[in-house]
Amino acid sequence: MKKFVNNVDDILTESLTGFGDAHSDILEVKLKPDFVSRKLKPAKPKVALISGGGSGHEPLHGGFVGYGMLDAACPGQVFSAPTPDQMEAAANHVHSGKGILFIVKNYSGDIMNFEMGADMLNLEQQTIVVNDDVAVEDSTFTTGRRGVAGTMIVEKTVGSLAETGASLDECKNFGDHVNKMTGSMGVAFTSCTVPAAGKPTFDIGRDEMEFGVGIHGEPGRKREKIKTANEIVAELMDAILEDLSPNNNQEVLLHVNGFGGTPLMELYLLFEAAKKILDQKNITVSRSLVGNYTTSLDMAGGSITVTKLDEKIIEHWDSPVHTAALRWKM
Amino acid sequence: MDSEKIFNALNQIKLSIDQHKDEIEKLDQEIGDGDHIFNIQRGIKESLDLKDELSGQAPDEVLKKIGIKIMTTVGGSSGALFATLLMGMSKKYNDELSDQKNIAVMFTEGVEAMKKRGKSDLGEKTMLDVLIPVSNELQKSSDQEDIKRIAEKIKAAAKKGMLSTKNLIATKGRASFLGERAKGHIDPGARSSQLAIDAICNTIINT
Repeated sequence: MKKFVNNVDDILTESLTGFGDAHSDILEVKLKPDFVSRKLKPAKPKVALISGGGSGHEPLHGGFVGYGMLDAACPGQVFSAPTPDQMEAAANHVHSGKGILFIVKNYSGDIMNFEMGADMLNLEQQTIVVNDDVAVEDSTFTTGRRGVAGTMIVEKTVGSLAETGASLDECKNFGDHVNKMTGSMGVAFTSCTVPAAGKPTFDIGRDEMEFGVGIHGEPGRKREKIKTANEIVAELMDAILEDLSPNNNQEVLLHVNGFGGTPLMELYLLFEAAKKILDQKNITVSRSLVGNYTTSLDMAGGSITVTKLDEKIIEHWDSPVHTAALRWKM
Repeated sequence: MDSEKIFNALNQIKLSIDQHKDEIEKLDQEIGDGDHIFNIQRGIKESLDLKDELSGQAPDEVLKKIGIKIMTTVGGSSGALFATLLMGMSKKYNDELSDQKNIAVMFTEGVEAMKKRGKSDLGEKTMLDVLIPVSNELQKSSDQEDIKRIAEKIKAAAKKGMLSTKNLIATKGRASFLGERAKGHIDPGARSSQLAIDAICNTIINT
C-alpha cells in the first residue's frame, strides 16, 4: 500500500483538519464529536439539512456543506457509519427553529446510528433515506437498495428548497420525490484499500470487473470479464432505465461519477456513451455533472446516475450553491 | 458480578479477538467491506480504557457506561448493535437474583433491544444467529446450579449458531447485497460474537 500517512489512526482527524483549513471561508470542522458545519449561520430560520456516513467517499458529504446544500455533515471512520453523538451535536449546533432533516444513505449501520442520534434529540425532525442503487433488488426480504451517487442530487435539490424557507414536511416530501426519480449503478475495475487494513478489500483479476459494485467495494450483481466502455455503459443504462422507465422526451440529469481511481478523461468518455444511448431513446440530457463526487477511496471505476427532471427539480438543481465541492451562480 | 469481573471478561474477549483478527477480517472481506474487525477492536480498546474510572461501580452502571462508550466511538452497524445490547442489559440488572438468573434476564432484554434496533431476527446471517440461541439457552439453564455446566451449554449454542450462518443467505446488512453469493461464508459478526461469548464462558469454566 502506498498512501500518504503519518499514523494510520490519525488519518481522519488530520484530513478533516486540513479540509476545514482549506475551506475556512465556507465551513468549520469540529472534532470530538466530529462534524462539519457552515461557517455562516443562515440569515433567517430554515430547515437544517444534516447528512453523514463513513469517510472515504469524499467529497461526499462534507464537501457539500454550505449555502444551497447541507448545513452539517457527520463523517464516520473510513466506511463505517458515524456515531449518534455526532448527529446529536451537529443537530444542536445548526438547527434554526424549523426542524432537522437527516439525509441518510440506505446502509444498515447508517440507518441505525442516525436513528439513535435522532432519539437523543428534542427537535422536530424527519429523515430521507436515499436508495438509488438499482444494482440491488429492493424487496422486503433484504436491506434494500443502497444509497450511492444519487445522494448528492437529493442533497443539492432539497438544500435549495430549504433555502427558500420551505417547511420540514415540504423538504422531506421533495427529497423522497427526487430519490424516487433517481437511479444509479456502478462498476469497479479494482478494489479500494482501506488505510487501516493496508491491503485491498477484495481480489479481482486484471481482466475482471465487479458489475453493480457498491461504494465500499462491496460486491454487486456479478463478476465479469471487462468489456468495451460502450458495452459496459449499455448494460448499466439498461438497468437504470428499466428501473426509471422514462417517457419519450423525458428530460434528465445525467451524472457520471468516478470512484476515485479513474481519470476524468475516461469519465467523460462514459458520459458520451451514456448520452448517445439516451439520445437514441429520445430522452433529453438537459443537465449534466461529471466528476469524482461519491468516491470509494482509490477504487477504479465509476457509476452512472440518471434523475428524471421536472420543473421543480430543475429549479432547485440550477439554483445557486456554494460548497467546497459544488459551486455555481455565486 | 462486579466491575472487576466484567473487565476481566472484556480482557479475555480482547485476547480472543486479537488472536482471530485475520480470520474475522477475511470473513468480512468475503461478504462485507472489511471494517468489522477494526470497529470491534476499537470498541474493546475504548471500553478497556474505562477500567480505572469504573472500578468499584455497580455492574449495571459499568455496562451502561461501556455501552455509551461503544455507541460514541465505534460507529457502523456493530457499534450501534453492541451498544444497544449492553445498554439494554444494564436496564434489567437485579442483584436480588442469582447470577445466572440475573444474566439470563439482562441478556434477553439486551438481545430484544438489538433485534428492534437492527429490525432483524434469527436466520438472517447476522450476529443474532449467535446471540438469540445464547439468550434462549441462558433462559433454559438459569434454574441450574452448576454455572460451569451452563457455560459449556452456552458455548455449544454459540458455536452452533455461528456455524449455522455459513449456509444462510443474508437478508440484513451489507452481505444481503450478495444474494446467493453469500452462501458458504460464515458471517463475520456472528464469528466475533461467538468468540466473545466463548471467551466469557471460558473465564467461568476455568475459575
